[in-house]
Amino acid sequence: MSDFTSAYWSYFISTLVILGLIACMLLLWKMSKNNGQPIDPGENGHVWDEDLREQNNPLPLWWVGLFVITTLFAAVYLFLFPGLGNYKGNLNWSSSHELTQDQETHRESIAPLYAKFDALSIQEISKDPQAMAMGNNLYLNNCAQCHASDAKGSKGFPNLTDNDWLHGGSPEKIQETITLGRMGQMPPMAAALGSTNDVENVAQYVLSLSGSPHDAAKAQKGQEKFVVCAACHGPDGKGMQALGSANLTDKIWLHGFGLVAIENMITNGKVNQMPAQKDRLSESQIRVLSAYIWGLSNNKTPS
Amino acid sequence: MTILQESTPPHFLYASAPKIYPRTVHGFFANLRWVMVVLTQLVFYGLPWLEWAHRPAVLFNLEARRFYLFPLILYPQDFIYLTALLVICALSLFLFTALSGRVWCGFACPQTVYSEIFMWVERQVEGDRPQRIKLDHSDLNLEVFMKKTIKHLIWGLIALWTGLSFVGYFIPIRELLSHVWTAQLAGWSLFWVLFYAFATYGNAGFMREQVCKYMCPYARFQSAMFDADTLIVGYDAKRGEPRGHRSKSLSTEALQDDLGLGHCIDCQLCVQVCPTGIDIRKGLQYECIGCGACADVCNDVMKKMSYPIHLIQYASENAIENRWGLKEQIRRIFRTRVLIYASLLLSLCLIVAYQLSHRSTFRVDIVRDRSTMARIVEGQDHTMLLENIYRFQIMNSQESTQHFEVSAHGMDQLRIETPTRIEVPAAQSKWSVLRVSVPAGQDQVGAHPIWLDVKSLDDPRVVSEQTVFIVPTQ
Repeated sequence: MSDFTSAYWSYFISTLVILGLIACMLLLWKMSKNNGQPIDPGENGHVWDEDLREQNNPLPLWWVGLFVITTLFAAVYLFLFPGLGNYKGNLNWSSSHELTQDQETHRESIAPLYAKFDALSIQEISKDPQAMAMGNNLYLNNCAQCHASDAKGSKGFPNLTDNDWLHGGSPEKIQETITLGRMGQMPPMAAALGSTNDVENVAQYVLSLSGSPHDAAKAQKGQEKFVVCAACHGPDGKGMQALGSANLTDKIWLHGFGLVAIENMITNGKVNQMPAQKDRLSESQIRVLSAYIWGLSNNKTPS
Repeated sequence: MTILQESTPPHFLYASAPKIYPRTVHGFFANLRWVMVVLTQLVFYGLPWLEWAHRPAVLFNLEARRFYLFPLILYPQDFIYLTALLVICALSLFLFTALSGRVWCGFACPQTVYSEIFMWVERQVEGDRPQRIKLDHSDLNLEVFMKKTIKHLIWGLIALWTGLSFVGYFIPIRELLSHVWTAQLAGWSLFWVLFYAFATYGNAGFMREQVCKYMCPYARFQSAMFDADTLIVGYDAKRGEPRGHRSKSLSTEALQDDLGLGHCIDCQLCVQVCPTGIDIRKGLQYECIGCGACADVCNDVMKKMSYPIHLIQYASENAIENRWGLKEQIRRIFRTRVLIYASLLLSLCLIVAYQLSHRSTFRVDIVRDRSTMARIVEGQDHTMLLENIYRFQIMNSQESTQHFEVSAHGMDQLRIETPTRIEVPAAQSKWSVLRVSVPAGQDQVGAHPIWLDVKSLDDPRVVSEQTVFIVPTQ
């Protein structure tokens, strides 16, 4: 991948490097002889200020040899590896390619660690302390960035330690979520509901579903309009895991609690994405990770 | 620049270094050097074998990033001690150079020590200087071939053992040797064994004084630490000159009057024993490594001639010039340069010793969760709590498991919601998640400084780390 804006810089650098190498060799050759001046033994023939003479302290040949070797090494290196501008080198080596290879090697080296859990079910894995330590590391490196280090999530990022699951909390469903990711989608519903009053009424009805403080009269009016919402959230507002729609009857408010937050959600909608992990983690790793996540809410340890 | 008129053909200015055949020497300095060879090599070859509490006493485990030094376990965070060690070494070098010249070069430097060992092997196999010169100038025959083969074989074995010992500082040496035994040595450890062996073989067998003359930076800047009171190997020219051959029967007193000669009999032995091939009678030269071989051999000659010894001696320039006794030389030790080097060295050593002895047996590192600023949750008694989450690393640098108790302070009703008792196995580090809460709504919006105190239950020490607790808007 070239970072240069034009081919000019590539030539510019290549020329400088090659000229530099040639200059090194020329210097060595030029300095190997004096200019044919008469010399006393032990002097190199340079005389300054009438009688100030320079001693000849000959550079040892092994040193000269090393100099030549390093210059040749540079030439061979520049032929084999990238270094001359855009030239990729005869070996076609690149740091990103090496990284990919290293990752591949690493994956192969850790595969046996995970492979021994392949025969176990996710529930069984979640009982294995070693697997759980590995799962914890996987979680901290891959999931904690959004779901927080203690897996209790935060606004917009679901809590993984409770029993409220948008897409299902069975081991298989968790594995599916991690592998393929999820796309949570709440469409903007203001137009479908009608006026802003209708939006407020529906919001009040949503509050009433969980027994939260609400205006009963407005909620009553909102109930009729909730038919529109029921398509996804179900007639009883308990949500449908197949669609990933939220349960509105509990006290878990992923995107914020209160009338304003609910009105906003109805008016503007929201797209919330859980990224797929299948390209980053192997299937065995995902199974161990699923077991860890499943265990968070199902193997509660008293704390 | 004047260009002389007469012209000669171009002259090649590079030359191969002439081979030096130092003659065997016996005496005080030669013995001292052998004592140093034995001492330094006992340490170098011996240390990897020492055990300390079922582990190697000295092990630099690069893979696990733990340095074991007798009772100490150092983490990468303790790197400052390595820097301090480096500065202490440098200051010691300055001090000893100012005091006694190139004693390091002549007696302790690995280049000298291994050259000495290799030259000893060479002498045992090929003989002393005249025999070695003869051997190198004779045509190849069975004897020459056998001698050279045996020499290089022994050199190679010593070099390989040196390479193994070197890698033994990074991989437990018993494990390393069992790998060699089962021919499983491969990869980087094999590379470093061979590389270090090759460097030893090349430097001690072939490069020798060339390393000191052309490669060693210390040899070049040591003159900055020299003054006229620094000990050097010096030739007493006043006493020795004019030099010349003479009959052994000539008495000391008769010399100046009858022949006009000094004490130097011009036997050239001081040149023949010199490992760098110089003539010390020309005065102090940068090639001189201060080994004292010329002083040893000259003393022998002086004794044979019944002259007083110390024509070539280890003394300061001033002492030789002014014929100072020991008392005056000792008085000259206490000069500004030496006192500055010594006080710097002493204070640094004291600081490091204090730091090491007061070093905590554990370290603590706190990382706030970056994505989750804060969250409001319902507490047990239905009050609303504001939570912040921290990742918390405790590094145990002790040989046994430690138990820790974490507490937090810095805000009103600050409480840790996760277990506060943490156990960390010996010489390991452990991450834990810490959830800290305050009642919602009591504090001002913004970042509040809080402190997390970690107390080891096995050791009365407390480490207090500061972090922030964030109270978000709304």
